[in-house]
Amino acid sequence: MTWPVLGFFNTSTGKKVGMGVTGFVVVGFVIAHMAGNLQVFMGPEKLNQYAAFLVSLGGLLWVLRGIILLAAVLHVIFATQVTLQSWRARPSSYAVYRYQASSYAARTMRLGGPMLALFIIYHLLHLTFGVVQPAGEAFDPHHVYNNVVYGFQVWWLSALYIVAMGLLALHIWHGVSSMLQSVGLNHPKWNPWRFGLSALVAGAVALGNISMPLAVLAGLIQPA
Amino acid sequence: MQFTLKVWRQADREATGDFVTYPVDDISADTSFLELLDILNERLLARGDEPIAFDHDCREGICGTCGCMVNGFAHSHERETTLCQLHMRSFTDGETIIIEPWRSRAFPVLKDLIVDRSAFDRIIQSGGFIAICAGSAPDANATPIPKEAADRAMDAAACIGCGACVAACPNAAAMLFTSAKIAQLASLPQGHPERIERVKKMVSTMELSGFGSCTNHGECEAACPKGISVNFIAKLNRELIRAALWG
Ligand code: FES
Repeated sequence: MTWPVLGFFNTSTGKKVGMGVTGFVVVGFVIAHMAGNLQVFMGPEKLNQYAAFLVSLGGLLWVLRGIILLAAVLHVIFATQVTLQSWRARPSSYAVYRYQASSYAARTMRLGGPMLALFIIYHLLHLTFGVVQPAGEAFDPHHVYNNVVYGFQVWWLSALYIVAMGLLALHIWHGVSSMLQSVGLNHPKWNPWRFGLSALVAGAVALGNISMPLAVLAGLIQPA
Repeated sequence: MQFTLKVWRQADREATGDFVTYPVDDISADTSFLELLDILNERLLARGDEPIAFDHDCREGICGTCGCMVNGFAHSHERETTLCQLHMRSFTDGETIIIEPWRSRAFPVLKDLIVDRSAFDRIIQSGGFIAICAGSAPDANATPIPKEAADRAMDAAACIGCGACVAACPNAAAMLFTSAKIAQLASLPQGHPERIERVKKMVSTMELSGFGSCTNHGECEAACPKGISVNFIAKLNRELIRAALWG
């Protein structure tokens, strides 16, 4: 009897290595994006200069954007494939099923993922393309600082961003440790660090990003 | 003690099953779970009803034949306990117990609580062995093996292939089983010559059998009656990546 051999990316491990690597790229972007945006606390000059610097990168900026977009798209494709595989694998569900080990973060990956995708689309429309402006102020591509501050002065928009960052933190919390497991970076000796690292990245992303809408709502950051 | 059992009854593979409720009384606390089913079956037979079909063999927690979902837990809510090693003292008097078969596309229900686990056999057949001609038994210690490697292989070899990992997995994935078999052989020098072919074939057979895709929830490890660790799943992933890169 000859046994079939599947290509690496036709196995669920291959797809999850793909999810992990693309997730790594996106998490790297999320951290860099947050570090850049935190300059909002240093005043309008600083943030607007930073934005102008990014634009001045020209071709390189588009290459970077292309890589991030590709990673995000592949991440969604791989995630969809493995999800469908798992849904097919249990056609009839249990009358009673009790979780013993999974974290809340692990259980909400498939709900949080699509919600984050919707949020990202909204976020791009709001602060990159400027086509939705709930604050009613005109979008000024050269005044990133004011675009952000006017936006976050709308309480429900801030609330939306804060909730989304909570979802993002949950996704990263399970995602980072899961990614390391998927690529085989797991050792009993290092596992406490693996879980610590994912909690640290998730916590930092949540706190850093949520601090911005909170500061605007509290009036600590005013339009320039 | 007395219990209300809600048991999944299904005539055969094609039939649509349903839960049937059976009150059972006069049960000693030291009755094992399978003995409870035996007692119920005797009572069913006495009144001319079809007994409940369930798998069992050793009843010592070593063969991996028994197993079903009990109140939403694979085998049992007790840690590292097969269904045959579960006793009614673990339940409260008067409790309603919901009993259903492992549910997975790769494990079709044959009758009542019995599922067809031959997908596991096919995974083993596709590579879970060493094909070299071993000759007569070698001298002990002829092949030096580090203690850690031998221990790791033994931990992996503790898997009895019961299928609780698949049953408890939210994705019905068979990664814990397959990874234990792969890790057992990959940890020992005898398993090294074929490690690349082995992981490719066993994983491919697993995928094509209709199992789901692992999401690192860890439910399999919690349900495993032998305490097989999800660390072996990372080992499988490393083996497969190695095979993809250098195979
Ligand atoms: S009957 Fe052998 S392990 Fe339960």
